[in-house]
Amino acid sequence: MSTATIDLAHDHDHEHHGPPKGLKRWLFSTNHKDIGSMYLIFALTMLFAGGVSAMAIRLELFLPGLQLLDPDLYNNLVTNHALIMIFGAVMPAAAGLANWMIPLMIGAPDMALPRLNNLSFWILPAAATMLILSFIVPFFPGGGTQINTGWTIYPPLSVQVGMSMDFLIFALHMLGISSVLASINIIVTIFNMRAPDMKLTQMPIFVWTWLVTAFLLILVIPVLAGGVTMLLFDRHFGTSFFNAAGGGDPVLFQHLFWFFGHPEVYILILPSLGVLASVVPTFSRKPLFGYSSLVGAMIAIMIIGMVVWAHHQYTIGMSLGAVSYFMIGTIIISIPVGLMIFNYMATMWRGAMTFETPMLFAVGILLMFSFGGLTGIMLAVVPADMQYHDSMFVVAHFHYVLMPGAIFGLFAGVFYWLPKWTGHMYDEKLAKIFFWVNVISFNVTFFPQHFIGLAGMPRRIVDYHVMFTEFNVLSSIGAMVFGLSHLLFLYIIIKTVRGGKQAENKVWEGAKGLEWELSSPPPFHSWTTPPKLAAS
Amino acid sequence: MNNPVSDTVERRKRRTLFLLMGLAIGMFAFGFAMVPLYNLLCQVTGVQSVEQRAMIGTNAPLAAATAVTDRWVTVKFDTTIHPDLPWRLEPMQRKLRVRPGESYLVKFIAENRSGQEITGQAIPSVAPWQATGFFAKLECFCFNQQTLAGNEIAEMPLRFSVSPDLPADINSLTLSYSVMRVSDRS
Repeated sequence: MSTATIDLAHDHDHEHHGPPKGLKRWLFSTNHKDIGSMYLIFALTMLFAGGVSAMAIRLELFLPGLQLLDPDLYNNLVTNHALIMIFGAVMPAAAGLANWMIPLMIGAPDMALPRLNNLSFWILPAAATMLILSFIVPFFPGGGTQINTGWTIYPPLSVQVGMSMDFLIFALHMLGISSVLASINIIVTIFNMRAPDMKLTQMPIFVWTWLVTAFLLILVIPVLAGGVTMLLFDRHFGTSFFNAAGGGDPVLFQHLFWFFGHPEVYILILPSLGVLASVVPTFSRKPLFGYSSLVGAMIAIMIIGMVVWAHHQYTIGMSLGAVSYFMIGTIIISIPVGLMIFNYMATMWRGAMTFETPMLFAVGILLMFSFGGLTGIMLAVVPADMQYHDSMFVVAHFHYVLMPGAIFGLFAGVFYWLPKWTGHMYDEKLAKIFFWVNVISFNVTFFPQHFIGLAGMPRRIVDYHVMFTEFNVLSSIGAMVFGLSHLLFLYIIIKTVRGGKQAENKVWEGAKGLEWELSSPPPFHSWTTPPKLAAS
Repeated sequence: MNNPVSDTVERRKRRTLFLLMGLAIGMFAFGFAMVPLYNLLCQVTGVQSVEQRAMIGTNAPLAAATAVTDRWVTVKFDTTIHPDLPWRLEPMQRKLRVRPGESYLVKFIAENRSGQEITGQAIPSVAPWQATGFFAKLECFCFNQQTLAGNEIAEMPLRFSVSPDLPADINSLTLSYSVMRVSDRS
């Protein structure tokens, strides 16, 4: 008993020494702030990796004909770009925000399971290495064929791809394990670690969005893991889950994939929409409009979002009854999503608005995400989708949803909380330049793709008809500016980390929430005694 | 730190943890349960599974006496051989103009271009899919697995009829065979 006391005393002392020094601080970290930072840095690295592959794709599409890439490499890049952006950039960035902000926002000293937290982060670099290997391996002798399936890895093609597909399958397994563990941690934290007098219905909306996202992840990622496991068995162990010759059905894989793939869309955008719930009231200087309807809307999105997956597969020849069901379900989702958008608009209504960078991104999201939502309704309508299916219109649609919906929301969150994390104000002027360059070049890149898609240009094909040249040139020029603009983002981040005007505790005049009661940057161990909520 | 309050917090944390891990493992199992459930669902909702697709036509009644004389339908034949299978399969006629309600015979030539005995299976599909239910295969090499000895050339018959109930806006349909390898590669 006495030794235990000494150990405890030692631990207690330890807490006041600040972070451990050197590499060990990061390798063995159990601190939510350090792990959050690592997640964000990892995501930024992957954003650049995925961005380089996107720019290579757009360079090839600058003119019709084959210039830089052979068709297999082109399709390999398409696969790689999608997987790196989804699993490497957006999901870890959102997890980084969750790690940093959830304990600060709910008054918890740390995440509930700190060692699990360490594990779920450190699986990521290993998984990313596997993912990048799956791209590189075919270039070595005996490496087999390239992954030319796209990120959806549909059989039978994915059964025939060389061993790079095995790298990809294991990368997906590891990425999946990492995000399921992180989600479990987040839910356990939210349920058990809130400040004593904070009810679930008093949590900030950002925490709510992550609670819903974490449940979605736990429900759908294991199904993807099951699907790719079956794929692995079909490839190597002679099973016939998807092999028609053995009585299997390739369409079954599509169902398993999209059972994961569609909720994945909400996994990507919900945390970013949660960031808006912090940003919009702050810069409108008004309380958030319709808290409970926001919570209800996102729970509705979660439930309906899980049962409409087959709208990605209208052309597989389902019966009329089945496609009608999936069409109606998909269109119904636009109601709760629209409700969230209207809540944010109502929050701005007659507010004393100012437009700092996070707010600029927030307004940009509301405009452009809604636009992506509208093209989504076009795609949800079966007879129309039969025309649009696998065209560049689809590419334009999901980039309008995911760039503003997910990544701009993350940018807004980073600019909003960066002064809190680093203790320094970022360079507002540079940040605003970044916003305008980023948003304008984004639209130059993706807006023309609606037209060439409607005119009949298919996606995932390296070459195109000369009639599409002008819009593709425009789109590629936009993409180069868009890609390079992120270097400015990197510069702003580095500049802010290294120094700048000291940030106050409450960085933004209109900000509300527990995180603003801590110093900027917050102490290494925060909320060691739970905070008392101001009577509301 | 050893007070009863944090003890209950620890216990609650562990309980939530185990529940969520169970949920994750359960969903993994659900993924595998989808294999039989999917077939069941397809049968219930009328989406066609592979087995059902192979059966289509075998049960369709032959509309004998009601052959239509005022209508022609073009039936085209198409074959795709899986790269694993060193076979050739060609229809003797690429397309045929048929009267709905009458039965026709088309022969396919199959050749095993390797020296070994190989078993294959042809899987039919009809495009456009709306025509699937109106295309009756009375006799088809796709009903069974076919085995060809090394370098053997064989004739494979298909007897079919198109139902007179075929929707009026369809005047051309394609019967497509995907041929897969059944026997293991040795």
